[in-house]
Amino acid sequence: MGILDSKIPSGPLADKWTKHKNDIDLVNPANKRNIDVIVVGTGLAGGAAAATLAELGYNVKTFCYQDSPRRAHSIAAQGGINAAKNYQGDGDSHYRLFYDTIKGGDYRSREANVYRLAEESVNIIDQCVAQGVPFAREYGGLLDNRSFGGVLVSRTFYAKGQTGQQLLLGAYAAMNRQINRGKIKAYNRHEMMDLVLVDGKARGIIARDLVSGEIQRHSAHAVVLATGGYGNVFFLSTNAMGSNVTAAWRAHRKGAFFANPCYTQIHPTCIPVSGEHQSKLTLMSESLRNDGRIWVPKRKEDAVAIREGKLKPTQLAEEERDYYLERRYPAFGNLVPRDVASRAAKERCDAGFGVNKTGEAVYLDFASAIDRYGKEKALTSGIKNPDNETIIKLGEEVIEAKYGNLFQMYEKIVDENPYKTPMMIYPAVHYTMGGLWVDYNLQTTIEGCYCAGEANFSDHGANRLGASALMQGLADGYFVLPYTIGDYLSDDIRTGAIPTDSEEFEAAEKAVRDRMGKLMSGTGIHSVDYYHKKLGKIMWNKCGMSRNENDLKEAIKEISALRKDFWENVKIPGSKDSKNQELEKAGRVADFMELGELFAKDALHRNESCGGHFREEYQTEEGEALRDDKNFKYVAAWEFKGEPKDAELHKEDLVYENIELKTRSYK
Amino acid sequence: MKLYLKIWRQKDASSKGQMVDYTLDGVEGDMSFLEMLDILNEELISKGEEPVEFDHDCREGICGTCSLQINGEPHGPDRLITTCQLHMRKFNDGDTIVIEPFRAKAFPVIKDLIVDRNAFERIQQAGGYISVNTSGNTVDANAIPINKDAADAAMDAATCIGCGACVAACKNASAMLFTSAKVSQFALLPQGQVEAADRVQNMVRQMDLEGFGNCTNTGACEVECPKGISLENIARMNREYLSATVKG
Repeated sequence: MGILDSKIPSGPLADKWTKHKNDIDLVNPANKRNIDVIVVGTGLAGGAAAATLAELGYNVKTFCYQDSPRRAHSIAAQGGINAAKNYQGDGDSHYRLFYDTIKGGDYRSREANVYRLAEESVNIIDQCVAQGVPFAREYGGLLDNRSFGGVLVSRTFYAKGQTGQQLLLGAYAAMNRQINRGKIKAYNRHEMMDLVLVDGKARGIIARDLVSGEIQRHSAHAVVLATGGYGNVFFLSTNAMGSNVTAAWRAHRKGAFFANPCYTQIHPTCIPVSGEHQSKLTLMSESLRNDGRIWVPKRKEDAVAIREGKLKPTQLAEEERDYYLERRYPAFGNLVPRDVASRAAKERCDAGFGVNKTGEAVYLDFASAIDRYGKEKALTSGIKNPDNETIIKLGEEVIEAKYGNLFQMYEKIVDENPYKTPMMIYPAVHYTMGGLWVDYNLQTTIEGCYCAGEANFSDHGANRLGASALMQGLADGYFVLPYTIGDYLSDDIRTGAIPTDSEEFEAAEKAVRDRMGKLMSGTGIHSVDYYHKKLGKIMWNKCGMSRNENDLKEAIKEISALRKDFWENVKIPGSKDSKNQELEKAGRVADFMELGELFAKDALHRNESCGGHFREEYQTEEGEALRDDKNFKYVAAWEFKGEPKDAELHKEDLVYENIELKTRSYK
Repeated sequence: MKLYLKIWRQKDASSKGQMVDYTLDGVEGDMSFLEMLDILNEELISKGEEPVEFDHDCREGICGTCSLQINGEPHGPDRLITTCQLHMRKFNDGDTIVIEPFRAKAFPVIKDLIVDRNAFERIQQAGGYISVNTSGNTVDANAIPINKDAADAAMDAATCIGCGACVAACKNASAMLFTSAKVSQFALLPQGQVEAADRVQNMVRQMDLEGFGNCTNTGACEVECPKGISLENIARMNREYLSATVKG
């Protein structure tokens, strides 16, 4: 156990972070100029960290595979960002945000980390407004809020349905200011190929220039990985096509423990799969559940008729519909947390009530919201006795103002008008709570290698609440890491620049070149995507929304066999010394295959159901998750031992001093 | 449906490119345009040929990575969408589709359909930000109420995804719509006022240095913009620029 020291500061929960900030060593401004930091990934966590570290005076190098930091996938976050501002006066506080997050995470996250997150949440909003992020406002000029799943207050700040975009552009603007000052050197269209350790410390990376194919050595005193989640291990997910686990996995192979890989968030409201050609899935923001009601037909024959195109959903009367979330969870209704909503949708579809041709979709219906808003708008506009048509027109205007871009996106993809007929949705892989294990300072088990944002495991436990990913990414990047990393770097003020001609860099570069050579030598006929899709199918069918022992054991065998086939046969045209998108994908898929195996192993060992991890063997008679706090109240951190299946488990026991462990109930 | 594709192939920045013909069968209306190209690439790989390289990432119209000039229009025939949101139901069986990279002197081709848009990066680095440090001690977010109309207009300008369609649509390859959207977002907000004069002058100077053309008010950029960025932003930037220059 001694190997995992979470370094949580002593003292009362609410004082830990302040006390810690006062206790840690600082680096004086003149010395910061002599210290280099590499930040890999430029989304919210990486972009914010890079900008802040550069402001502080460190020399920062950023790396991203995209052609601009602004394109990192944080940009696609739609709904909003939580903060315990209590602007609505509905009783919100640091404690409530902390409590909701721990409960939402099904009691599998660290108290101290989550409390710090709740404290910093308020600073994020102040900071972003100062940077010019155009959050939505009310007519009085003050900031507007909406509510999200799993909570009973309105604490979500938003910028239309493009909150992630606006926050990322804010962090990117902060980066640009530092690039202009020469404090950040941005390496875009560059991919981290491996981490370089010197005397056991992270001292640099091997990168590949994706345009020229050149392999480069970059050294630094510390390396920050902010490279996002690994949802694309499922092939189909709401992640960007390029999102990958490679940086985190390369660090894992060099000694960083990988924590809770099986905690995956399957988001309930995504556009259903339309066919085999599908390359990715599109999310419809959770904010839609504020106003949309989820249902399937009450009678199976109606569902069949709808699937066959003989019946339209609008033809079904109120009493012929099963609003199953409202039925099962009257207190939270359509706003239950994501894992609960996803499983409930799967349950109805598996029982034969699905509403699209594949039988894997449920309705998200805005008709009652349109009616309600229409009547309200008519009243405030002074229209007396409005007819139905006027009400619908006014109501649709309100819905358009709130969710217009989402409705447009839906219509373009599905070719149906969601104002007139209910949306069809189905759960899809969206976010991964697991990631590299980090201590309170966000340091991995490799000295000098830090990890922030979705790439680490720290704050969301077994399930993340809506509008919390943006909050965590920015808290880590702007307000946590720039402080905590100073404590480590304060020992490096006399070290001087790290040379790149050492044996360690030499060996790391050679390993990268050899691996690429091996990938290019495949003799078979199948492309990288062929293997990626196969991996995705195994993951979705056997490690997806619900899992069981038998399936997981099979998954491990199947992935292992697929991996062998891939390394012998994958076909990659072109050369490794120039732009080659197939080679880029191949390196990422190779790492996904190893991760997939560890993922299944982790899911297999966790004999309980909690949050996003649902084991069929562990459920109540009503089909709710059955957690086992006695045996599994710990973080599973895996140490790499040569093969994913040989990974060694280390446990970090989770201690709850401020919250009583309860069975999560949203009824 | 069966499609006849004419696609720009170019090995690298220093090589000469050319249009190459491909025939693709079995395309369905529910496929996105990029999924159609995925299928073409799978066929090419199975034949041992190099796939067509194109930029793409989020595939949901927000990251701004995808580009493509399709039948002469940036992001293809549909309105208010990016190429990744274009679906094949907009085409008919037997259609010929011409696919080229975005064409502009300031956007050199890297390979096939991929162009280098770093010029946009440098324009933003020249002043597209508000100089505020991360401290945790900025004033409370609600300390300065902002008129809702101004906030909404700033948001509309900030919606720009930096894809470059405006440049590709413009006969002069002007970057005025892009640059003005960035200038406008900050010009419309009280936080942006302090540096407003320097910002607009520096960003416009960089835009000119990059070799973008001039604006002749044709308005093609506004029509082709996937995010509906308005020409009003260009007018606003011109006012900002004039007032900054006059004030010195």
